[in-house]
Amino acid sequence: MSAIQPPAELVWWKQPLDKVEGTWIGIALVWSLIMFFMMPFWHVYGKQNLSSEAYRTTPQAYMAKTQAMVDQYTIRTETSAQLPVVRPPPGSDVYLLGRLWQWWPLLELEKGQTYRLHISSMDWNHGFSLQPVNINTQIIPGYEMVLTVTPDTSGEQTIICNEFCGIGHHTMLGKIYVTEGGR
Amino acid sequence: MSNELFRTCPESGLQFHRPAERLMKAHAVVAVVILLIGGIAALLVTLTRWPAVHLLPADRFYQLLTTHGVNMLIFWMISFEIAILYFCSSTLLKVRLATPKLAWVGFTLMLAGIIINNLAVASGTASVMMTSYVPMPANPNFYLGLILFAVGALIGCFIFLATLVIAKDEKTYEGSIPLVTFGALTACIIAVFTIASGAIILVPTWLWSLGYINHIDAAMYRVVWWALGHSSQQINVAAHVSVWYAIAAIVFGARPLSEKVSRTAFFLYIAFLQLASAHHLLVDPGLSAEWKIFNTSYAMYLAVLASMVHGLTVPGSIEVAQRAKGYTNGLFQWLRKAPWGNPIFSGMFISLVGFGFLGGISGVVMGTEQINIIIHNTIYVPGHFHATVVIGSTLAFMSLTYFLIPTLFRKQVAFPAIARLQPYFFGIGMSVFALAMMGAGTLGVERRHWDMAFTGAPLGFEYPASAYTMMGIMGLAGMVAIIGGAMYILVTVVSVFFGKSVESESSYGTATTRLMRAEPIFIPEGGHSAAGKWGFAAPGTFVLAMFFLVTFVLYYAVNWKYLASVWPLS
Ligand code: HEM
Ligand SMILES: [Cu+2]
Ligand SMILES: [Cu+2]
Repeated sequence: MSAIQPPAELVWWKQPLDKVEGTWIGIALVWSLIMFFMMPFWHVYGKQNLSSEAYRTTPQAYMAKTQAMVDQYTIRTETSAQLPVVRPPPGSDVYLLGRLWQWWPLLELEKGQTYRLHISSMDWNHGFSLQPVNINTQIIPGYEMVLTVTPDTSGEQTIICNEFCGIGHHTMLGKIYVTEGGR
Repeated sequence: MSNELFRTCPESGLQFHRPAERLMKAHAVVAVVILLIGGIAALLVTLTRWPAVHLLPADRFYQLLTTHGVNMLIFWMISFEIAILYFCSSTLLKVRLATPKLAWVGFTLMLAGIIINNLAVASGTASVMMTSYVPMPANPNFYLGLILFAVGALIGCFIFLATLVIAKDEKTYEGSIPLVTFGALTACIIAVFTIASGAIILVPTWLWSLGYINHIDAAMYRVVWWALGHSSQQINVAAHVSVWYAIAAIVFGARPLSEKVSRTAFFLYIAFLQLASAHHLLVDPGLSAEWKIFNTSYAMYLAVLASMVHGLTVPGSIEVAQRAKGYTNGLFQWLRKAPWGNPIFSGMFISLVGFGFLGGISGVVMGTEQINIIIHNTIYVPGHFHATVVIGSTLAFMSLTYFLIPTLFRKQVAFPAIARLQPYFFGIGMSVFALAMMGAGTLGVERRHWDMAFTGAPLGFEYPASAYTMMGIMGLAGMVAIIGGAMYILVTVVSVFFGKSVESESSYGTATTRLMRAEPIFIPEGGHSAAGKWGFAAPGTFVLAMFFLVTFVLYYAVNWKYLASVWPLS
């Protein structure tokens, strides 16, 4: 009988499959497997994979590391708030922190060079959204995430916070400037 | 069984246990009131995200977004689902509901939870979004309301299970439970798991907000919260797929192509859908790639496979029923001749197509481990889930309501002309709305964000003009969907509270009720494939399914290509 009544056949599980169902299940299964294997495939052959490298940290410890980098590599300041712009050497560890409501410090990187970009939060969850290149990750307090990143376009990128973090959420921006190689 | 406790609906032949009937009504009425509150919030939130309007100040926006998310996603859906559980057990199995008194306790707890949570948000001290990620603090009553609601819902789940046991004991049916009840059982099992996860995370968070616990790990919170948040979406999926099957049966007398396939597909939900909390954690720090891949794909996409199967078997069963009635010309006569003026059917069909094409495809794409990098927390995400939980679940529940008004509430559907158009306004408005959100998200526009122009920020950023266009389309289409939602509430409230009762008409054959009436149960003759093509019982549906697959493959490939263009990361 219909789907809101008990099945007409007492042993419904012996009822043969209809051809349309069998065919579709086969096709859908193959597609599912392709999608599944695409992910490990990309880990091997693709270039955009997030590492699972992350450390537990505390706001104080992380702040200290970031401050040390800022003290060493600041090249100029911007805006009336004197935000430091930091140009760390290629290949080095770069520290970025999110807090209510800014990304600190501003960074200047060189195109084609690889950096170990550490990111953590000083307070609540924040979202690291780099635009317009469009890279998005979750930043969680107490955790220091490490992205190995190779900017391959030059120009100005903006870090927008894309995890709700309170009333100033929409003002939480940062910058990554990418300069052509060799300055 | 004492007979006064039951009444038989003369139209549909359904048998209602009166105490169960009262509970179903109460849950459905509360659900619709919540939908109204969530809908008013939706209106204001949409008018704020529409850049040309930008209605509310930031604090109100975040407050109402919290109201909208919690009421819609949790309170509306689950309240309606409890009514569905009671319907699928007591009514479909023609059995008394287990312990109606306890069911009222559950109802009361749910209602109390709804009120307490809403008051906390209304006070302005709990604008933390439905996810309430720690360590952002909320008024303790925010969590308390959710906990009470969950306990009430859990009671409802157990009453459903107990009712199944009674029906089996009292032998009120022969053989196995109906497919739709089996689907409801799936939803119920997932709900129990979900609510347990909810308790594991919300109880400590509540104690933390009261100061009894001093630290909750922010990453651990997200892992456990999403075991609640994601699997609760699977309750919705299992519930609305059951509703699709039910409507196919009610409107067409359709029987499942094969019980075995449909039931196995539901079983795959139970087995795998609780996974996939990783969908929300794909770009979180510190989680291993292996775990993410296994979890986000529900173990090799077996639950996605199940949805693809339902997506074929529901319209397939309709096609078979229609062909058996003689609509055998070409591939699609069965579909052209379907009752498009009957909102029970049209809503259900739009729900099915929208859920598959918009919600399903976008969900799998953004749930792919690496592709998530270009989508996480952009407005693409609400674009996706408005296609699943609004076009999919909400519209399916709305369609079912047009059946419940005459059968459960014994009222004529008021304003039949409005009812006839309602699924189109809501379904099409929502589809454009969701697509525009996905478009804007692809351009990097963020979700849960008050101002895409970043007014007052020390540093600036300008989105491309196309992103503003997308958000404008989203606003406009959102208004169409809101009108569709208002039409639903108007029809439902007027029918239920002020409508003419069905009995007051001398016959049921008035134009008003006939629109809403189920066709008589039809049993196709000569087996399945007799009226089909190529040995397929449902060739038209198969062609539609292949079209779906091609769309899916192309869109999937485009997104990998887009991902390949962003900065190398490792
Ligand atoms: C006409 C109907 C609706 C409209 C116009 C609408 C509009 C919106 C808008 C504009 C947002 C904000 C997106 C953002 O800024 O991040 C939103 C969020 C949301 N909506 Fe809807 N919505 C509608 C119906 C629904 C329904 C029926 C549900 C659930 C069943 C729902 C669930 C949600 C959820 C869960 C969120 C996310 C809240 C959050 O981010 O915490 N919506 N909606
Ligand atoms: Cu932030
Ligand atoms: Cu933020």
